[in-house]
Amino acid sequence: MTGLGDAIIVTINLAAVTTVCLVVLATPLAWWLSRGHGLVRDVVTAVVALPVVLPPTVLGFYLLVAMGPNSPLMVVLQPFGVRTLNFTFAGLVIGSILYSLPFAVQPIRNAFEAIGALPFEVAATLRASPWDAFWSVALPQARKGFLTAALLVFAHTVGEFGVVLMIGGAIPGKTEVVSIRIFQLVEQLNFAGAHWLAGGLLVFAFVVLLALLVIERRIGRAVRD
Amino acid sequence: MKPILLSLALLVCAGQASAGDVQVAVAANFTEPAKAIAAAFQKKTGHTVTQSFGPSGGFYSQIQHGAPFEVFLSADAERPTRLEAEGLGVKGTRFVYAFGTLVLWSAKPGFVDNQGAVLKGRYDHLAIADPAAAPYGVAAVETLKKLGLYDQVAPKIVKGTSIAQAYSFVSTGSAELGFVALSQVINEKGGSRWVVPKTYYTPVDQQAILLKPGVKDPAAKAYLDFLRSPPAIAIIKSYGYEVK
Repeated sequence: MTGLGDAIIVTINLAAVTTVCLVVLATPLAWWLSRGHGLVRDVVTAVVALPVVLPPTVLGFYLLVAMGPNSPLMVVLQPFGVRTLNFTFAGLVIGSILYSLPFAVQPIRNAFEAIGALPFEVAATLRASPWDAFWSVALPQARKGFLTAALLVFAHTVGEFGVVLMIGGAIPGKTEVVSIRIFQLVEQLNFAGAHWLAGGLLVFAFVVLLALLVIERRIGRAVRD
Repeated sequence: MKPILLSLALLVCAGQASAGDVQVAVAANFTEPAKAIAAAFQKKTGHTVTQSFGPSGGFYSQIQHGAPFEVFLSADAERPTRLEAEGLGVKGTRFVYAFGTLVLWSAKPGFVDNQGAVLKGRYDHLAIADPAAAPYGVAAVETLKKLGLYDQVAPKIVKGTSIAQAYSFVSTGSAELGFVALSQVINEKGGSRWVVPKTYYTPVDQQAILLKPGVKDPAAKAYLDFLRSPPAIAIIKSYGYEVK
């Protein structure tokens, strides 16, 4: 059972870093997607949704190749002493960001769309710049979407397995996350250990989903009031 | 979980009830020779072989939970022995089909020297198979300990779930070098290698065993007989294994 704490810490770190990065990255994307229609936006929407339907092994395979030392992407980083991003925490963050992208973009986009055009027209008549309107109208109104996105991304990253299995290399304290640890415990026939971790994840996932429902109801009411 | 696995197993059984097909679980290091042996076996007997490739530890766990394999080609002696003791393997059908050889390998030519001194040098990642599930991983760890390098090298170790994943890490260059099975690189012209002396690790005596689901299948018995016959032994040796 050694290294269990390490695996839990790595998992929480990975989920936290991914959540922060994704909310920051997904906000402008979701905003742009919510501000109109057209073929370009449809294409981008479909690309963003790909990780929902693709097997994690497809993503993992492409990442393994793209972050390997022979990839053109890595040639750019080699002068900085980075040979490969596989088997690194940074590599796992990149993988997790791609893997959870739809879970961040979709709720935020929905929240933006739900605001409608009216509040922005009002803001414009009050001579607010679009930038100002975005900060003082869009973001506060869409806070439920942000909270949902953050919770979903965090939980989804904790539940990640296939991508990490393919690019992680299971380095204790660096890339070995809880889901990988469970897999190893089962292979080692350590079912007691596997039960503890699996049970823990089960409770965690349930609490997150329950929290989502409660938040949805509370904030929904607060917005209406 | 058990009922689900069981019903899945039944489903698979029902789907492949046709006579003359053997379901074999093959340790990842033996993938290439197993394919060649299956082809030769099929040609000779007309029976088909359905093969699954993976880490021995994973298969052992699956077999314990009702996996429908008829024959298990493990990468070690321990797991078949345990299966026999637990009544999941058929008594008296266990035998060593190959002795494996460990190799330190790199996709880069000239990187690995023929003493393994490169292990003390500069590199970021050393790939091995997960020692918890794969005997070649155990052999790799034993070798590092024998060289007195384990503690020094440990932070650089990346673990593949099987020897096959360790090999893929090295062949894509993501890990500069790694411990793999000789069978995986024997037909590989490029790269550089050090065949680890047998005195550095406990012999990887790979055992085969007939499992309970195959007890009434003549094709399964025929497969095991074929595995011990001169044509199969010739194939096994051609991949760098020893057969006694």
